[in-house]
Amino acid sequence: MLALEYESACLPDLLPLYYRRLFPFSQYYRWLNYGGLQKNYFKNREFSFTLKDDIYVRYQSFTTQNELEKEMQKMNPYKIDIGAIYSHRPNQHNTVKSGTFQALEKELVFDIDMTDYDDVRSCCSAADICTKCWTLMTIAIRILDRALRDDFGFQHLLWVYSGRRGVHCWVCDEAARKLSVAARSAVAEYLSLVKGGEETVKKVVLTDPIHPFIKESLVVVDQYFSQYALKDQDILGPKESVDKVLALVPEDVRKTLQQDFQNEKKPEARWKLLVDQASRKQGTAKKGQYFEKEIMLQYCYPRLDVNVSKGVNHLLKSPFSVHPKTGRISVPIDLKELDRFDPFAVPTISIICEELDRPVAEEDIKPEDVKDNEQDAAERRKIRDYKRTSLAKYVRYFDQFLDGMAQSWKGELLKKSDLQKEF
Amino acid sequence: MEFSSRRKKSVTKFQTELYGHALQFYGQPPVENISLSEFETFAVDRLKLLKTVENLGVSYVKQSEQYSTKLEKEFKNLSFPYRPDTDDRKAQNGESEYEKRRKDHISHFILRLAYCQTEDLRRWFIQQEVDLFRYRFNDLDPKCKLEFLHRNNLQYDTISVKEKKTLLDKLVSSSYAVSGITVENQDFYKVPFQDALDLVRTRKVYLKGGYVYIPHQDIITIVLNDFRTRLSKALALTARSLPAVHSDERLQPLLNHLSHAYVGQDYSIQKNIGKISLEQIDSLSGKSFPLCMRQLHQALRESHHLRHGGRMQYGLFLKGIGLSLEQALQFWRSEFIRGKVDADKFDKAYAYSIRHMFGKEGKRTDYTPYSCMKVILSNPPSQGDHHGCPFRHSDPELLKQKLQVYKVSPSGISQILELVKGMHYQLACQKYFELTHNIEDANFSLNHPNQYFIESQKVLGGGKDIKREADTPQRSQENTAAKGSTAARDPAANASQNLAEITEELDSFFQDARL
Ligand code: SF4
Ligand SMILES: [Zn+2]
Repeated sequence: MLALEYESACLPDLLPLYYRRLFPFSQYYRWLNYGGLQKNYFKNREFSFTLKDDIYVRYQSFTTQNELEKEMQKMNPYKIDIGAIYSHRPNQHNTVKSGTFQALEKELVFDIDMTDYDDVRSCCSAADICTKCWTLMTIAIRILDRALRDDFGFQHLLWVYSGRRGVHCWVCDEAARKLSVAARSAVAEYLSLVKGGEETVKKVVLTDPIHPFIKESLVVVDQYFSQYALKDQDILGPKESVDKVLALVPEDVRKTLQQDFQNEKKPEARWKLLVDQASRKQGTAKKGQYFEKEIMLQYCYPRLDVNVSKGVNHLLKSPFSVHPKTGRISVPIDLKELDRFDPFAVPTISIICEELDRPVAEEDIKPEDVKDNEQDAAERRKIRDYKRTSLAKYVRYFDQFLDGMAQSWKGELLKKSDLQKEF
Repeated sequence: MEFSSRRKKSVTKFQTELYGHALQFYGQPPVENISLSEFETFAVDRLKLLKTVENLGVSYVKQSEQYSTKLEKEFKNLSFPYRPDTDDRKAQNGESEYEKRRKDHISHFILRLAYCQTEDLRRWFIQQEVDLFRYRFNDLDPKCKLEFLHRNNLQYDTISVKEKKTLLDKLVSSSYAVSGITVENQDFYKVPFQDALDLVRTRKVYLKGGYVYIPHQDIITIVLNDFRTRLSKALALTARSLPAVHSDERLQPLLNHLSHAYVGQDYSIQKNIGKISLEQIDSLSGKSFPLCMRQLHQALRESHHLRHGGRMQYGLFLKGIGLSLEQALQFWRSEFIRGKVDADKFDKAYAYSIRHMFGKEGKRTDYTPYSCMKVILSNPPSQGDHHGCPFRHSDPELLKQKLQVYKVSPSGISQILELVKGMHYQLACQKYFELTHNIEDANFSLNHPNQYFIESQKVLGGGKDIKREADTPQRSQENTAAKGSTAARDPAANASQNLAEITEELDSFFQDARL
């Protein structure tokens, strides 16, 4: 098969097809409706669309799945963002008294973008990524996913590839959706270790005692560090890179290492020399000297955009939205497959649209897909449609995620109906 | 609470009970009569106290020795209850402990009225009251703390000895002051992490499954959280009853004056609008911009871009020194299109936010230029950012290099770095001002980048550079209040002339605010 090159010029032609036949509306609605447990939860949700020529329309909202579907098929947005659940219908925000229209709830979200790592990756810069630096995203997901589950007790985490150079996390637990701005920023700060802008050289500083959260994060970094940092990025190879690393160690150690490195060129061995120096320091100094850990974290620890996580009303690119520049679909990432996730293998809109046109052999359709007679024909066809494309496995994973959430609602619904019976 | 010209001298049993502890949770609004002059003195004194709390919080580490000593002095000066006196008779300065506690109580409630009106005011008031409360609670001895908790019915869940044993390691490595022995000897409270955000934010507590495990010595965090939540609810409720207060022509001006007092000079008032030409900005940035703005300007010129935080901090500053909206649009556009952004993209993606700064879009709030405090404390810069305060957010080594490039003398540099080390960022900045303007002692206390600019222009020849007509109006008593001068009372005093005969029942205003 010919690998289809995506061209952004084709987008106006492809989008109608995508929204008519492929976009997983029913799962999408199932997600944002959250089991219908809270009144108006879907209706008061803000969507915003980026249309052709960068025209940006905010405060869209829809009362039903059907309305959402119709509107998206009409407007064919280049990009979809999801915002907060407001006190009123967002599309009527102009009609309510100013000050009363307020963002009430939203998933707790995280945005990790490769451009924030520019000072520590040598393979690419800015919007470019490659399989080497993608490891940074893998590390980020591992660290944050663990912390959000074990430390904060959240369970329903949806990780999504942004379509270009980063990942997003949607924490969908009810408790997360109800967090205040202050709580969101506290969570984000708890999770932030790399601090400081262009005017800071040493961006990670550890103090005694090392918090359990940091220890756990170091365990993760440790699994990737030697392959990723020492081999792939070669941070202890070229002189320039070595200088950058040595700028992060205490002055006396720097001198010693500069000399030692003249006789030792192998990155692995150089790293060992550095670690030895650190353990020696830790043995003598009263205060902790954790520069080897600090280096590991500065080079590998996830860099969060705290501002995205803080705001309840901050918009974030929606799952299954298309990235207009690359044409790739923002697909959910199955953490069971995380180490094999390849951003370049994520289907583009051109590919899946092309896959639709290929003839299907009947046996490709599994029997359970057609057995439910109550679904109308169109709906059935749509299900078959996306199942014929490489989007299928991502939608399937999304389904699993939603099933997990539905489990937690069941309990809630039971409680509710029990209460009603009592009256 | 009720106003009257006479002061009730009798102390009811209820009040003795109310003031039984030096520290209050302010659960009950005052119900007694109060004279007008007392109303005013109380309000102004508490405002002074809160201003001091705010200023000290910027200049010193909270809870540091200096912070405490200075705050203690202010408590004594203003006759607020500072430390529980066992002796309820007259203290040296003439006011009894009871009087002080009463003042603490009533003044807090008066300021609630003045500071419940807008989101901004509420945030400021809560922040200062919380800091004040933290200081006072920490200052209590352990017995008094427990007594306070009981008195106010504050109870929190503790974990079992067994659970403590299993978690020992983690508990020890989650807090500076906890060791194996102290873990055994003290209670640990288990509360949802949302109730101890300060500890979560700074990673000073063990966190598991959504719960934090707080050693008894840190119980202040939970108490403070309670305090903050209740106060914020109470203010929201008080705000609802405000129409009643506002309809009172005599009270309203006084309350408004009180609430304006915190803002300090408002640099968004554009006296100099259009008096600066865009060509002047480069040279002004070297001469009269504080380091933070100079850094932003340089970064903008070099990379033809600034990220959001930088655009806000710098854009509002420029607005404050007199750029008009048209100039600002031209300024940003001409710089951005030299980088990766074309004119079309600029108009779509950035022009909106600039008009926003000038209050022409969105909620139409006219944004005020950031004060030093805001720059120093909120939204720290991260990767790719150039905003923030160089004295706070630069590595000392880089700061040093930069100062060298700017030709500050070695001795000057070490003075500045000394101040930075002590976390006196604004003082460091002021020192930089003195050194670069060749003056012995700057006659102002720096708290705003725009103030820096104005003062610099003054020194450099009465603002000849920019044909300014007048200084930004000296609208408030910011500095004087900080120095504890009586001038702070002036606006309130004006307002009170109308108030001479009030005998209004304020009581009703607080009815909804009962906790
Ligand atoms: S102290 Fe204030 S004016 Fe000076 S650099 Fe910092 S923020 Fe700017
Ligand atoms: Zn790369």
